[in-house]
Amino acid sequence: MKNTLILSSSPHIKSPETIPTIMFQVCLALLPAIFVGIYSFGARAAWIILLAIVSAVAFEAAAQKVMGRPISINDGSACVTGILLALNLPPTVPWWLVIIGSFFAIIIGKQIYGGLGHNPFNPALVGRVVLLISFPAQMTLWAFPSHPLFAHVTDTLSGATPLGWIKTHLMTHATLPTTLPFNMLQAFIGQTGGCIGEISALALLIGAAFLLWKKIIPWIIPVSFIATVFFITGTFWIINPEHYLNPVFHVLSGGLLLGAFFMATDMVTNPVTKVGMLIFGIGCGLLTSVIRLFGGYPEGVSFAILLMNATTPLLDRWTRPRVFGEVPHK
Amino acid sequence: MILHPFPGGIHPNDEKGLTAHLQVEDTPIPERVFLPLSQHIGAPAQPVVKVGDQVRIGDKIAEARGFVSANIHASVTGVVRSIGDYPNVFGRLSPAIEIETTDDSPFQPDKKREDVLSLPPQTLIPFIREAGIVGMGGATFPTHVKLSPPEDKPIQSLIINGVECEPYLTADHRLMLEHPLEILEGIVYIHHILGARFTYLAIEANKPDAIQLMEETVKKEDAKINVISVPKRYPQGAEKQLIKTIIGREVPAGGGLPMDVGAVVQNVGTTFAIYEAIRWGKPLIERILTVTGRGVKSPKNLRVRLGTPVQDILDLCGGWKTEPGKLIMGGPMMGINQFDLRVPVTKGTSGILLLPRDEVGEYHPHTCIRCGRCVTVCPMGLLPNFLGVFSEYARFSDAERYHLLDCIECGSCTYICPAKRPLVQMIRYAKGEVLRRRKKAANK
Repeated sequence: MKNTLILSSSPHIKSPETIPTIMFQVCLALLPAIFVGIYSFGARAAWIILLAIVSAVAFEAAAQKVMGRPISINDGSACVTGILLALNLPPTVPWWLVIIGSFFAIIIGKQIYGGLGHNPFNPALVGRVVLLISFPAQMTLWAFPSHPLFAHVTDTLSGATPLGWIKTHLMTHATLPTTLPFNMLQAFIGQTGGCIGEISALALLIGAAFLLWKKIIPWIIPVSFIATVFFITGTFWIINPEHYLNPVFHVLSGGLLLGAFFMATDMVTNPVTKVGMLIFGIGCGLLTSVIRLFGGYPEGVSFAILLMNATTPLLDRWTRPRVFGEVPHK
Repeated sequence: MILHPFPGGIHPNDEKGLTAHLQVEDTPIPERVFLPLSQHIGAPAQPVVKVGDQVRIGDKIAEARGFVSANIHASVTGVVRSIGDYPNVFGRLSPAIEIETTDDSPFQPDKKREDVLSLPPQTLIPFIREAGIVGMGGATFPTHVKLSPPEDKPIQSLIINGVECEPYLTADHRLMLEHPLEILEGIVYIHHILGARFTYLAIEANKPDAIQLMEETVKKEDAKINVISVPKRYPQGAEKQLIKTIIGREVPAGGGLPMDVGAVVQNVGTTFAIYEAIRWGKPLIERILTVTGRGVKSPKNLRVRLGTPVQDILDLCGGWKTEPGKLIMGGPMMGINQFDLRVPVTKGTSGILLLPRDEVGEYHPHTCIRCGRCVTVCPMGLLPNFLGVFSEYARFSDAERYHLLDCIECGSCTYICPAKRPLVQMIRYAKGEVLRRRKKAANK
């Protein structure tokens, strides 16, 4: 028994929460979406997710080795990035695209800034957007959920995501058809085309509820993000329902829930103040709506979050909370 | 009553079950005591005895120097053996008076003072000043100063602080359970001095027995005191946070004082000392403290003579039960840990906490991941994440603009940080640096 006393300054107790426990819980929260992705798209989805995780972790380790920094792959952040990247890819992508995505996510999105905590943009979204811009054909080749459960899904959807289908349809038609090739229930439980992780709103909401309950993520960002999208798309829908999609579809599809609960809430890249978070969420919602309704891309969540990431330092500076006992300057 | 919660705060395990049920025990008279001349905020006291002098328990052995200072009294009867440097709670040496005990006679109070409330309020303050009473919650600010607000700052609210929000500590809790009448009387005296319109006794909700007993006592004695159960949340017992909770007003940032919002806060331990000083003429020579933690063989609540070395108390409680980790004077959130067991118990020692080795984590700070948890928990509405980074990069003027000096150093940010960054430690460093530079600039 050593008889020495340890010295350090107060406080002498600390909460059990660490970076790895946070990352682990985020992974746990993504399990329902992973499960639905694999269930719907088969072994191929599992293979993409696994490849994304392994390559993300490997790039992280390699980058740190090259830069002579301590290897910190045990903190779980590269694993989360890998999962999020995979969940944002269509199930049809070739394997090498996954590796390129991981490279950009980890090396360009994160490690060149100094690693976890220093990256201004969400790494997984950096990877995804690089792929989306550079490989548009591969990145928009959708597949049906291949499980027999979804055999009823008709050809009219031709594997497209609901929002993609709408965008294409509106290029050749003036108005939306009276009956859509997908319904709300399908969009809710995940019987539409889409990226591996975005198809089931239900699975994402289960994970989100877990993160909110564990207080891993703040509620302000996802709620303001989703509410803004709902409000704006809903306004246009009320004005002209023949041309604009029901806002419920906007909320349930196109990766909004995945983005709002799991990407916009990336703590490194969003503001630390409550007001900053509110503006951040509203900004994400505004940009997403504008891109979806008027932009060239059918879905705008990734671009919206990345653009708002860039405003984070300013938002933090402008929204410094009132200090206890502070009298506003006259 | 409607409470006004302060922002932020944390919920660590309170760990009070170790000692909350234990009656306060008297400790045997120590063989020798070491009484530091500085057991309070302000100027150190000036010795009025010489080496070799015989002193009786309760004799004044050092005198307050200036208004913001406090007298020191002999806590045992004996002979002054030395006046010189001795280890103090802050890990440094500072002047102390050593008394070797020759006689274990207890303190003999004066005749009981019966006419307290018929005396003019101002005449009570000298009793308190004479007794060397300071804030016993840990802040150790001389009490007579706090009870002498300037004419232009009328006091409307007197708040007695029985919150004891630091985990582990149960000294104030036991005091309320065992001396409710005396505390009540102390409150009445303080009220007489200040003439406050409202008097509150705030107790954290995790002490329902104390709340009930104090409520019953107040009712029986027909006193005009509101006993208030405040929610359990650290740092609920911090002065500014308590004032906000009870009266809904915020002490101004940038160096404001409770009297700026018409409030005075006194700890229950201090209130008890005030009672003893005024009623019995008893100086502050002993205090109640909690010896606790899973590292100590038998946890206790003790009445200890000031100046008793920690080693004596440790021996009395059976020493370490586990491999030693940390020995902390005070609570785990704001207490100061020790390496030298000669350190004496002083007026501000509310507890001695022994943490076993396996409860003392070693942490390697990571880069801030901007999770914002420190911002959420900061009870002062600061941005500890930025203050920490400013401190790291020596950007002290930026830190000042972000209200560095309003930090109360409660440690909530460091407690909650998942990256295990030593935030409050970096803030303390920056504060020291800013104050040092200001002093230097003023001297030019």
